[in-house]
Amino acid sequence: MARRLSVVDVERCVDCLLCAFACSRRFGEGGLARSAIAVRSVGGMERGFVVVVCRACSDPSCAAACPVGAIQKAEVGVRVDLERCIGCGMCARACPIGAVFWDEERQKPVICVHCGLCASFCPHGVLAFEEVAGG
Amino acid sequence: MDRGLTRVLFVDLSRHRFWVEERPELFRERLGGTGVGIELLHERCPEGVDPLAPENPIVFAVGPLNALFPLASKTVALFKSPHTGNLGESHCGGRSAVALRLAGYGALVIEGKSDVPVYLSIQNGRVHFRDARALWGLSSSFTVGRIVREQEPGSGYRTILRIGRAGENLVTYANVVAESYRHFGRLGLGAVFGAKNLKAVVITGRGRVPVAQPPRYQKLYRDLYERAVRSPLMRKYHDLGTPQNVGPLNKIGALPVRNLRAGRYEGDPPFLGEYMAERYLARRLACSHCPVACIHLAALREPHPDEPYFYKTTFVSYDYEPIYALGTMLGGEDPEGYLKLMDAVEHLALDAMSCGVVLAWATEAFERGLITGRDTGGLAPRWGDYDVYIEMVRRIAERRGELYDVLARGVEEAAKRYGGEEFALAFGKNEMAGYHTGPGAYLTFLSGARHSHLDSAGYSADQADLKEGRRRSPQELARALFSEEARRQVLSSLVVCFFARGLYDMGTCVECLGALGMDWDEDGLLHLGEEILRRKYAFKVREGFDLSSLRIPRRITETPTPFGPLSEEELRLALEEMERLLGG
Repeated sequence: MARRLSVVDVERCVDCLLCAFACSRRFGEGGLARSAIAVRSVGGMERGFVVVVCRACSDPSCAAACPVGAIQKAEVGVRVDLERCIGCGMCARACPIGAVFWDEERQKPVICVHCGLCASFCPHGVLAFEEVAGG
Repeated sequence: MDRGLTRVLFVDLSRHRFWVEERPELFRERLGGTGVGIELLHERCPEGVDPLAPENPIVFAVGPLNALFPLASKTVALFKSPHTGNLGESHCGGRSAVALRLAGYGALVIEGKSDVPVYLSIQNGRVHFRDARALWGLSSSFTVGRIVREQEPGSGYRTILRIGRAGENLVTYANVVAESYRHFGRLGLGAVFGAKNLKAVVITGRGRVPVAQPPRYQKLYRDLYERAVRSPLMRKYHDLGTPQNVGPLNKIGALPVRNLRAGRYEGDPPFLGEYMAERYLARRLACSHCPVACIHLAALREPHPDEPYFYKTTFVSYDYEPIYALGTMLGGEDPEGYLKLMDAVEHLALDAMSCGVVLAWATEAFERGLITGRDTGGLAPRWGDYDVYIEMVRRIAERRGELYDVLARGVEEAAKRYGGEEFALAFGKNEMAGYHTGPGAYLTFLSGARHSHLDSAGYSADQADLKEGRRRSPQELARALFSEEARRQVLSSLVVCFFARGLYDMGTCVECLGALGMDWDEDGLLHLGEEILRRKYAFKVREGFDLSSLRIPRRITETPTPFGPLSEEELRLALEEMERLLGG
């Protein structure tokens, strides 16, 4: 069965960013340049946080917006064909939740592939890697 | 080695210019953080300079582990302190370290003085000088943060460092606040900002940090993470936070109460960590890249007095040291009063610890008639009377009248002017931390490079000795604390939070550096730690510091510690040994 990354309880988030750093380690690097998940405050730390990440839409706006067909819907979420991608940024503008991140160095989108690595490094139960029926 | 780390960003506020210098050798030899920062301070700070003069530089530095490893969450600031007149060094978490490193710099040096108030916005390889005239004089540091947050881009990838009224008015223990609830505390960095007409610095960074050996790095990371989340440290600091210390310290009689006239409350102190959590804990926060989340916010719900069923809820961060300084030291019985005072201190951006010790001295001096209602402007400080204390901190931040002007320079200056030196609890001019545990604690306050309890954690050595029923000779104690402080220089050069000292033993540090392609061994690191400590001491001596002439307030020998009464003679013997070690 396919699995999807899910923000299950954002009220437990402490802004540690371990999820975002875990995402970068997929590429064997540190920092946040190619992280597909981000945390920001709601408007001041005392009010809590927002976790921004792809929610695996059933009809993804990013794929619909791509003029060259480089973004295809996958079993869970989407896959980007980086060779086909022309780096126009239409996908990033199309995503209403801001979950298409931008790799400034390569001028390409970065979108969560629902691998679940970040959830395994979330110490406080904010993220979960859940089974989904039918993808 | 990451080339981004070796870049030093210089900002000249006098000419509104900035430039970058590459310093690969400096970072290779001194790692980063404290190790690099003290060298930059030696280079850039003219001997004997007035700490509030434009020539006093502010150095911020991060190290090779920041933005790569868990609990490597701190930025180190170095400057000449307006509070002690020698070394100013302060560590801060929040998002500061990750933002600075991912902006592509290992260090930031701010010099000069702007002709008008400005704030700096550092993003995309540029420094923008923003007009801050409209922000100058705002009554709350929180409002400053909010305005900058709305004006600048980079939400989720930035740090916002700012000062409050205390910094603008050059109170020598004014803080720089990061992310509303974290601080470059102690020793007056806020006043150095104020003297430069610098209201805030926002740094945005989301760059990438290359790693020499990715598989080794990934495995090491996973091990460290597992060890961190399973460690007792995680539970202790996550669950109750540092206030869990209140109960145990009270039990052994090491909790300073009413300006250290006593070492404990008769019954349970009103600020027990368990009580604070059950009654007030509303949210926990973490510094970037720290799973522990030791930052605890209390929710304080208060009615507006003029209208029924109309409330405001304020979030106030609470920690052991502020509870000691603004709670027990002031003989507080009322946690809400303490939270309100803490909130006022945060809005003004004062150092809570120095502030509490200053208020405690003033309360005792008022009781003894050394200062009177004429000095206080009609206020009558009394143990636990928070309404009066809140008004006093406002007057200190505004430096309103002679007494408050003197109190704004710390308890040492206050006692020099009004008397009461025997109960003025500063060491090397820095107000004490909340540990009356024994000789180790005081040796740390006296001889630590920053006169901070975290320099060598003598309080921890005391408690270990107490548990094992042993008593070390003054020389043994000095040697143990010297090597602990030296070891901590390695951590603060990487830059790892001192709470993670159990996790990052020297072997682990060697491994982490190895994965990054930096070849070190344990002896090399320990040797470097000692060298950094001696470089800091050399800066202090250059600026007139003298270990042998330090004042030891009589109060600490009168109120018995868990070891019984302290002897000044033993402390002096330990200081002699420390001086020998630091002189190298």
